[in-house]
Order: sequence, then C-alpha cells, then structure tokens
Amino acid sequence: MSTTTTTTPTQAEWKFTAKDIVAKPDLFLSGHRACAGCGPATVLRLIMKATRGPTIVTQATGCMEIVGSIYPYTSWALPWLHTAFENAAANASGIEAALKVMRKKGKIKNEHIDVIALAGDGGTYDIGLQALSGAVERGHDFLFILYDNEGYMNTGIQRSSSTPIGASTTTSPAGTAVPGKLEKKKPITEIMLAHDLEYVATATPYYWKDLVTKVRKGLEVEGPAFLHVFAPCPRGWRSEPSKTMEYSKLAVESCVFPIWEAVNGKRQLSTPSKVISLAPQKKKPVKDYLEGQGRFRHLFKPQNTHIVDEIQQATDKRWQKLLQQCELTNP
Amino acid sequence: MTQPQQQEQPKQKIVAMNGDEAIAYAVKQCDVDVVAAYPITPQTIIVEKFSEYVANGEVQTEYVCTESEHSAITACLAAGATGARTFTASASAGLALMHEILFVTAGARIPVVLAVANRALSSPINIHGDHSDSMAERDSGWIHIYAENAQEAYDSIIQAFKIAEDPTVSLPIFIGVDGFTISHTLERVDTLTDEVVQTFVGQRQYPTVTTHEGKTVPFKLDPANPMTMGPIALQNYYYEFKRQQEEAMKNAYKKIQQIHNEYAQISGRSYGNGLIDTYKLDDAEIAITVIGSTAGTLKDIVDQLRDEGIKAGILRIRTFRPFPAEEIQKALQNIKAVAVMDKSMSPGGLGSTLFSEIRNALYDQKQHPIIVNYIFGLGGRDSSPQDFRKIYADLCQIAKTGQAEKTITYFGLRE
Amino acid sequence: MSQEKTWKEISLAAVTSKSSVNFQTGDWKTYMPNLTCDKCTKCLTCAILCPEGAIRPNPETGQIEFNLNYCKGCGICANECPVKAINMKIPEGE
Repeated sequence: MSTTTTTTPTQAEWKFTAKDIVAKPDLFLSGHRACAGCGPATVLRLIMKATRGPTIVTQATGCMEIVGSIYPYTSWALPWLHTAFENAAANASGIEAALKVMRKKGKIKNEHIDVIALAGDGGTYDIGLQALSGAVERGHDFLFILYDNEGYMNTGIQRSSSTPIGASTTTSPAGTAVPGKLEKKKPITEIMLAHDLEYVATATPYYWKDLVTKVRKGLEVEGPAFLHVFAPCPRGWRSEPSKTMEYSKLAVESCVFPIWEAVNGKRQLSTPSKVISLAPQKKKPVKDYLEGQGRFRHLFKPQNTHIVDEIQQATDKRWQKLLQQCELTNP
Repeated sequence: MTQPQQQEQPKQKIVAMNGDEAIAYAVKQCDVDVVAAYPITPQTIIVEKFSEYVANGEVQTEYVCTESEHSAITACLAAGATGARTFTASASAGLALMHEILFVTAGARIPVVLAVANRALSSPINIHGDHSDSMAERDSGWIHIYAENAQEAYDSIIQAFKIAEDPTVSLPIFIGVDGFTISHTLERVDTLTDEVVQTFVGQRQYPTVTTHEGKTVPFKLDPANPMTMGPIALQNYYYEFKRQQEEAMKNAYKKIQQIHNEYAQISGRSYGNGLIDTYKLDDAEIAITVIGSTAGTLKDIVDQLRDEGIKAGILRIRTFRPFPAEEIQKALQNIKAVAVMDKSMSPGGLGSTLFSEIRNALYDQKQHPIIVNYIFGLGGRDSSPQDFRKIYADLCQIAKTGQAEKTITYFGLRE
Repeated sequence: MSQEKTWKEISLAAVTSKSSVNFQTGDWKTYMPNLTCDKCTKCLTCAILCPEGAIRPNPETGQIEFNLNYCKGCGICANECPVKAINMKIPEGE
C-alpha cells in the first residue's frame, strides 16, 4: 500500500543476539522516572531496540508516558508525540497520513519512516479502543504496541477491562462481600484478530528475543499490526520489584499469558508456549503465578480458595481453546 | 485548469455555491496535505465536496475518514505536528466531542484550520443554527473568526491558513459559519485562481524550537531532528506555556489585520479591519452588536431606519478570539444604546457570552453606552427582519430615557 | 523557582530541552547490585532486562558494569542472573 523504499534490516540486526541488543544505543533513555523494577520500562527499552531506521513514536497518556517526559526532561531519543489518553491510534493515523502525502509531494525526504503507537491497557482496552479500531480499519501503516500492566496504575491502581478476575484494585477492592474483580479480562487480541490484521502477536519481556523479534515483524508489515506485551507492575501488583521478570515468565509457564503470533490470521505458538504444549507436565499451576502477588493475596484465604480453582479452570479452558486455534489454523 | 494571471487585478470566477461548498473549494485551493473529518449536519457538505475532489484527483490531499470527531481533530493535530497543512470541519456535538483535543491542539501550538458550521447543542437534539457549540469553546485557545456569508467564508478560510501558520502565531483557528443560513444557502461567490491563492498562502511555515539535543530546528516531528512534543509540564512550567499562548494571541491580533489587508489587495474584498466590521456606525446613536449572518439581515433594517431619520448602526464582531476590545471601545464610544445579540445562552449567567465580553470591554471607558442583551435564534429559531426592527425600537427608547427596563431579553421566545 | 526559566526563554509547546540522562535516579535505591566477577558468564541477561539501561559491558574487558547514577536497586539483575553472580546489598557506610 505504501510506495516506500524500506531499509532492509541486515542479517546481523535480525538475529537480535544479546550482544546486538546491548550494543544498540537505547532510544528510551536512562533517567526516566518509572518505579524500581518497572516491567513496562524494560518493555519500552526492548521495543526500541527493534527499530530498523527512522521512526516516530506516539504514546497515549499513562504512567510510561509520564515517566519519560517530565518537562524539561525527555527519555525519548527519537521524535515523540503525546496528545491525550484515548487517541494514540488516531495520532498514528495523522502522522502516517502526513508522512505519506508529504513524501508524495516531495516536502520530506523519500524514505520510509516507521510509526509506533504505544499505549497501556487503559489506552487500548478501554478508552482507546474506538480510535484503535478505526485506525486499523482504515489500514494505516503503523505498529500499535499495548503494554499491559492490567490496570490504571498511573492514577493509583484502578481496575481496567484488562484487570484479571480476582485481582484487588482500588476500584475493585477485595472486601468482605466482594473478593476483588469479578469480571474476566477482555480478550483484546481476539478483537484485533477480528479486524483481519496481517500481524497480531503476544509477548513478554522475560522472553526478550521473542519480544524484539515480534516488534520487528510488526514494523515490517505494510499496514497496521498489533502487539500485546505483558508488563508486570510491581507497584500495582504488590509484587517484589526484583521479581518483575519472573512473573512475566510465570505468566507464560502457567498459560495465564501464552505467547503466540498470528500472521494473516494463522496462529502459531511461540517457542516458550509451544514447549508447554508439547510437554504439558511443564505447565505450572496458576497458584505459582498468583501467590506472590499482593493483588491476589485475598484469594488464598480459606473462604476464597475456590476462586483460585476457578481461575485454574478458566486458564485451562483458554489454553485448550488456544491450542485448538493453533491446530485448526495450522494443520 | 486555470490561466496564470497577468493582470494586476486578477479576474475572478463567479461561482454559485453554498457556504459549505465555498469552504471546501477554498480548502482545495490551499493545497492542504491532510484532511481528517467526520460527518455532521450542517457541516457534512464540506467533507462530501472535498471527498469528490479527492475522488476525482483534483487535490493532493490525504483524506482520513475517521471514526469520530475526536479522532478527526487528533489526526489533524498529529499530522500538523508532523509538518503537514491540515484541515477539519465540524459542528455541534462533533465540536463538543473534539473539546478535549481543541485545548490540546492550542497548547501544542499546531495550526489546524477548522470550519465550524454552527449548530445548537443537545439536548433536546436540534440540527439548526446557533452559536452554542463554538461559544462553549471560547477558552480553548483557538482563534475564532465568524463569517457573515458564503463569500466571507471562502475568503476567511484562505486567510486562516496564513494566520494560523505564521511562525509568530502557530495557533489553531476556526472559521464559523451559521448552520444552514450560510452553510446550505446558495450564494454568489467570487473565487480567485488557484495560483493566486497558493501564492498568497504559500508553503507551511514553522517556528523554531531548541531540542534536548541542543539543536535549534523547525518545530515538527522529524527523525533527523528528534524532539519531544506533548510532555507533562508541572507546577514549575505549565503556567509559562499558557503565557506563551497569550503572547501568540497578541501576535495573532496584528496578523489577522495584516493578512486581511493583504488579502484585500489581491481580492478587492475586505471586512472592516478583519477584527470588527461596522455598518453606518460612525454617526450612529444606537447600535446592534452581533456575530455572523444576522449582520446581513440587519443592514436592510438599518437602511430603512436611516431613511426614517433614525441613526442606527451595526457592529459585527468578526474575530472573537483574540478579542478586539480596543476596536470595540472605539467603535462604540459615541453610541447611546447598544443591544448585544447572542445566538447562544449561558444558563444562570448574567446574559450570554458576547454580551458579557462587550460589557466587560466597555467597563473602563469613562463614557459608555447602555448595554442590553438579546438572546435569539436558539435552535435555529427564525426572526423576520421586521422582528429585528423591534430591537432598534427598544434601543431608541433606551437612548431617549437613558435607562433600560431590562438587561436581558429572550427575543423571539413565547413567554 | 528562581533557577527556572521565564516564558520568553523556553521553546514553545513544552518541547523538552534536556535529555533525561541528565536526571539521575541513582539516589532512589536502598540496595545496590554487587557482581561476583568470576561467576559472571557475560551472558548479558542483566543488561537486557534492566529497566534503567544501567548495566553495560565494559567496551574493552566485556566485564559487566553498573551505572549507579541510574540504578534504582530493583534487583531484577540479581533475580534473573542464571549463575547467581549478582547479589543485592545495602551500600557500605549508609
């Protein structure tokens, strides 16, 4: 759809070895003011390691937008725009449309510029969903990256439609009558897949190479692509800051957050999840994932343990469904 | 499609267009890069007409059919931040949905041009013309200009790009036209050639900024010169940026007049000084102050009254932001009684918006007229020219007695 | 407030004027990382997963180095080190 001359990534870049990733200068810079142990901060650093040339980033309002742009300081080494909360995808639409027409008119250099829209779960699942749906329907060439920390952490840990069942937040507190959030997490990737996108994937920062590779694949799509990145928030989850990456691993190992990619709707498990599908004995109980997190602490009281069982059952059911989806589309 | 003009006074093509079509035509001539819009009555003709230009390859514009007005103004803001010339149009509920981003656009200093086909706000829902929608955006930081007819709508759009994109201004601007009265009414519009318009408007200009890399560069998103746009500024700096916006408005005050006068040179058309437009006001004893198409209707009444020996006049506010307080003070200094006609309402307020502003502007004057407020035309409520005579009759009485019986009149309302 | 600039001295629209590398967050920490060099395999996991970008290999020796000006002491590096070559400790003299 675009008439651009894209810089082809060199083979060396594409490998994304540990050495390559570390050697590439950060584009999300040190000195940002995210909390100690912030999962999304690692996610943003890694995302930017996958860029392949000139890139413009736009970001929805949220904790990661704030921590990287407290005037007069910026943590963004590339052109970056924030306008509001619900409109990251509309920003990307405007940027992409402007680049396209100005390139055509010779007002800017004839080079491809990647556009990345970043938003948290609030700016994606909830307030940003309409703009996202509109932008991908129109087919703008951009990569939308959701960093999902499962709640409104910037405003002090309120529930979003991404907050998992059972989690205690300040607007779904665990009380004597109500044991935390009662509703399921919204299946955002299914919604994006239903838009018939060329590339939809999930990732977590623990599996960093998988994450960086998926960002690059999303950028290479000519048209919209969607990446859902699981990003533990020690502040909001009441978890140990040192265990942020461990939770992003446990989420995969327990199949709470399996990682996969769908190219033109064909869904395939990514290696860490594929390993579990091949060796089901490696699948960890959700209890292992839940128990260290303060937001789920109340579930381990005797009167609530049935909820842990329910979460296990629901997780198993979703996992089985995903396996079927992968097999069905991938005979 | 058009002939290059050799003459000093370029020939103009006379076209029958309604206000919306005139706006779309002007936008086409201004070589806009990105139009992002969402349909809403009575603005829709603008985007329909512009879509035709796109479909027929008559413009080199990226037209983004967004899923809401919120995304339309956002896309314009972002495209403008990327360096593009941008345009959108809206009305009523659409403008209200843009509300949040109108403030962001002004604070972000992106020169988006917006046409507002003024329409009532819900509830009850009503598609007809009044000024409730744009008056609710008074403090959004946009430049507000209102046209009197389709011709002025055409002329004002062309001026708007040049005003908004002036590096000393760099503010968004809207051109208001009365819903249906202007937007849908076929009129004669004299149009300039594409070449004349493009030479007048020129390429988009950029102010310069100094980035975190210490480079002083044009204000736009450019991978060669990375900059951070739209950060959070807290107690220590937010206020300073608001003060900068005020300064930009002061610059706009000068630029609106200057660009209006330059445009008069190439078109032969002017509207007062670009800020206010008066009719038989110099020796007037009574006057009506109003915004938009109503001024046209009032001219006939004033002519009749003049024939009858009554010294009546009109002050039309063309530019509402920046507010031309000094011009208004001068224009009204010798008037005995003034009626401010507001096509919007501020429930619970002391009169409506324009009235409050005009009265405020005259407070410091040693000598000022008696000022009364007529709220009229809400939801498109029509008044005949003869009805408006009643207002002048009231003013004659006020001027004679030196006092007004009441300050606020709900004109045309069944009491 | 006195060191801060006036509205005439700053670029419009809050375009930021400084890189955050000039804003050091090192004093946030309680614990600091400590590397046992002979255990370290230079796998770079710590450098990749650090939220601060505060861990880099020395360009000449390849030895892992912590930039304590940014390190917030979260301990992700210690937790994720496959050979447990990093431990978190309270800085001496504090």
